[in-house]
Amino acid sequence: MNSNDGHGLDGVSAGLAIEASGLVKAFGDTRAVDGVDLRVRRGAVYGVLGPNGAGKTTTIRMLATLLRPDGGSARVNGHDVVADSDAVRATVSLTGQLASVDEDLTGRENLILVARLLGLGRAESKQRADDLIDAFDLREAAGKLVKNYSGGMRRRLDIAASIVVTPELLFLDEPTTGLDPRSRNQVWDIIRALAGQGTTILLCTQYLDEADQLAGRIAVIDRGKVIAEGTPSQLKASVGSGLLHVRLLDPERRPEAAGLLERELGEPVRLEADPSALSVPSPDAERGAEAVAALAREGIAVGDFSRGQPSLDEVFLALTGHTAEEREREEDEDSDDREERAA
Amino acid sequence: MSATDATRTAPAATPAEQAAALRNVLATTPRPPRQSAVASILTFGWRGMLKIRHVPEQLIDVTITPVLFTLMFTYMFGGAIAGSTGDYLQFLLPGTLVMSVLFTTVYSGVALNTDMTKGVVDRFRSLPVWRPAPLVGSVVGDSARYLVAGTVVIAVGLILGFRPDAGVGGVLAAIALVVVFSFGLSWVFTTMGLLMRSPNAVMNTGFMVLFPLTFLSNTFVAPETLPSALEAFVDVNPISHLVSASRGLMAGSVDGSDIAVVLGVAAGLTAIFAPLTARLYRTRG
Repeated sequence: MNSNDGHGLDGVSAGLAIEASGLVKAFGDTRAVDGVDLRVRRGAVYGVLGPNGAGKTTTIRMLATLLRPDGGSARVNGHDVVADSDAVRATVSLTGQLASVDEDLTGRENLILVARLLGLGRAESKQRADDLIDAFDLREAAGKLVKNYSGGMRRRLDIAASIVVTPELLFLDEPTTGLDPRSRNQVWDIIRALAGQGTTILLCTQYLDEADQLAGRIAVIDRGKVIAEGTPSQLKASVGSGLLHVRLLDPERRPEAAGLLERELGEPVRLEADPSALSVPSPDAERGAEAVAALAREGIAVGDFSRGQPSLDEVFLALTGHTAEEREREEDEDSDDREERAA
Repeated sequence: MSATDATRTAPAATPAEQAAALRNVLATTPRPPRQSAVASILTFGWRGMLKIRHVPEQLIDVTITPVLFTLMFTYMFGGAIAGSTGDYLQFLLPGTLVMSVLFTTVYSGVALNTDMTKGVVDRFRSLPVWRPAPLVGSVVGDSARYLVAGTVVIAVGLILGFRPDAGVGGVLAAIALVVVFSFGLSWVFTTMGLLMRSPNAVMNTGFMVLFPLTFLSNTFVAPETLPSALEAFVDVNPISHLVSASRGLMAGSVDGSDIAVVLGVAAGLTAIFAPLTARLYRTRG
């Protein structure tokens, strides 16, 4: 599924769903978006990764013609977002960070409303709404008011509303934030199925894991700027380490194992709360495997081991020298609310 | 959230028919031609009706307030002002009709302000419809509330003994005129709804404007009884003209110039504040 390999080398506009250069948006003194360039090939799933307040939502809102850029330019599906915003809206759908559905209507009414507004006839709209309700597992909830929906149901309804008529480009702004794992997986399945049909998807997320699972290319964004761009593998390689997690059969031998891993990998070992578990940064998979083999050679029985991907924090630390959370704490008060609900 | 390679396995399989249904709806639906502006307005009006159906309580203030106004003023001031409650009701009822319906217009601004804090506005604004359609549609839908408020006042009046000389036709004409004026006035409050920070601010400011305007009119007393400076203000207050026109229409003795002033002011308010609202709606957030 991760076969969407970003944009081609030719760079012909016809092949690009999004072509943004130097996008700028300021709210007061804060430059929420400060010169963002993006090139997204048609049919690709493109991840925009960054912490809260990095400028993801503002970027999406400019591309979806909800905000007018203060500087730079962008073409979406070949249409300029400022000069030709009507044409842009006719080819895109948006699933916003706050679910873009009407809480005072039922799920079914929401879908019929959108279908009617998109120009479907009365009977057609009802049929389409019912089909979507079946496909998105919302049958039980279809007649209930959306304000009584769970987070996962709301998200599914939101995405369903976005594909009442298949868009050429779908904006998904943090589609799984706040969802439980089961709901998250349901949303991921839907996104994969959409991508399989050839819809271009711009996916904003705070989770490297999510971008890695779904996107063929990722742009990492921080303080309104793109600070890294590439395939998930390139990105992770540039960050280097992931954590090697090891679980021993005999907790008694943990101090010994810790010493050995520290010598093998030259990194500080963290002792987990579980008395038989420990973890250590390992620069690459091969050295991690060697370290585990060294444990076995010493006769320290390993029950289980895995190598985790670097977290968003580690990516940020590697790319910017500060963690995502520090960044958030720093600017949470001012830029954040302004970005989420730019008013 | 831990992101180990182990979590890479496929998520729990959905039932086969679920997957088939998903594939089915994802098969590209051809994009129908763009909806006409009028159709979009009506669709958004329908949305307003649905909301009333789901939350009928929101009609309570629209119905209770007019009843209270009519009862209170008739029985408290009727004897003092007109000598008898029956005579005063004849004079007062067209005024309470105007007052009740005009107060309802503030809610258009309150509702819009509330809407703007919800994600659904993003949906509407990213749809390929005539951009002011959500606004115009909800104002058109609000006219239904004005009708409800107006009907309640008339019904209460009839029960209390109000007898319009011009009959049903006169009453309907008066209600129609009040609704048209309210349509114009509601654009002032939608503009405020987009400029102000909270629904409460819109509500408070709205009533702060409307209370003096309705009380400093000929709604409750004949202007001749007022100090001359006040009388001068009451005479130019458009709400006085609306009340006079409603009285006239219901009594069968309407002065055409009052109707002209009312329609002119409604058109003027719409011409200024409707485009302003549309512009704020388009550029905000």
